[in-house]
Amino acid sequence: MSEQARITPYRDGPLLVRGPFVLTDQDGNRIDVGRRTVALCRCGRSQSKPFCDGTHRLVDWRAPSRPE
Amino acid sequence: MPRLPEPRGSISAVVLEALRRRPGRLGPVEVATPDDPLADDDLHLALYCLYELHYRGFDDVDERWEWDLGLLGLRARLEEVFEQGLQEALSDWRPPGADPGTVDVALRAIADADDGPSLSRWLETRGTLEQFLEFVIHRSAYQLKEADPHSWAIPRLAGRAKAALVEIQADEYGGGDPDRVHAQLFANTMDALGLDSTYGAYIDLLPGATLATVNLMSMFGLHRRLRGRIVGHLALFEMASSVPNRRYGNALRRLGIDDPKATGFYDEHVAADAVHESVAAVDLAGGLVRAEPELLDDVLFGARALVELEARWAAMLLAAWERGRSSLRRAAAVAAR
Repeated sequence: MSEQARITPYRDGPLLVRGPFVLTDQDGNRIDVGRRTVALCRCGRSQSKPFCDGTHRLVDWRAPSRPE
Repeated sequence: MPRLPEPRGSISAVVLEALRRRPGRLGPVEVATPDDPLADDDLHLALYCLYELHYRGFDDVDERWEWDLGLLGLRARLEEVFEQGLQEALSDWRPPGADPGTVDVALRAIADADDGPSLSRWLETRGTLEQFLEFVIHRSAYQLKEADPHSWAIPRLAGRAKAALVEIQADEYGGGDPDRVHAQLFANTMDALGLDSTYGAYIDLLPGATLATVNLMSMFGLHRRLRGRIVGHLALFEMASSVPNRRYGNALRRLGIDDPKATGFYDEHVAADAVHESVAAVDLAGGLVRAEPELLDDVLFGARALVELEARWAAMLLAAWERGRSSLRRAAAVAAR
């Protein structure tokens, strides 16, 4: 595993976070992720924020992987 | 290990009778193409049992049958019938245009074009508890060995595609924690719902169309020739998973079952498959096509074949339920908790 976290926007989909990272809320409380790679919502429509729940596909949300 | 099921016709009778004996005495078996090679009870039970020799086997069956040349010859003939049936069912279908950099876009187009009936919407909004239990029984044919059929592909891949498949499978297998193995989460769901989570306990109840959905991935997974198809199958499976699994969890809660042991499998898959979807479509399928561009059409065919068999399976369940009947071969004595 790399020493840095890697964050990847996937085309028309979520941000995937891999590597050593911690996820906290704005008060610093740890958010349990339960897995090595997590998908964070990028479309704003997830019902499980901050995690992706696949809703981007239902709403046909589009965004490139590379910077716009 | 499971017990051998009951035969459903001449082919499964030959297979099941053979498995009770010592290996090495199987003569030629006539296999005619059935009316529906994608759902035939006899064909798909026989094939399911032959594949099962490569997974967990059966009680009191000699393990050498797995590599018996007579049985392998019969399996090859059954696969030929099944594969031909798939080709004919999809003969009018043309894969969406794609290049190695846009495989994920093409897979998404296949998923979006799926106009099959929505089992998850039915269960979320109006299904009965008995119907949900039937749904779980159907899925037990795969979900008690979840991820295993796709693992056959690991040694056939390299580089980015291999790393992506292992990333997905490691999560499917609990990331090192046996309590989080997805097949175990499914067994927990069955237990919490009062069903029998013993591997293979319900084979006799499952129609050919259900067994075909599992045979599809076993066939794609066990043949290196079909590695593109098993990769496309997994990619589409993951892409079509998060949203339905949320609905399945909601269905249980609507039916008054808020036990995390029962809903855990479905709730876990909302988050897990949101990760797997991207990895499978972009890194696994895209990675494979970058490495082996000639496999593009196979990747897309594997995805489309999954859509086809899932739609037929879902239509079968909904047709039974709309008539107020059981979707199983015989109604299960399902004791809801």
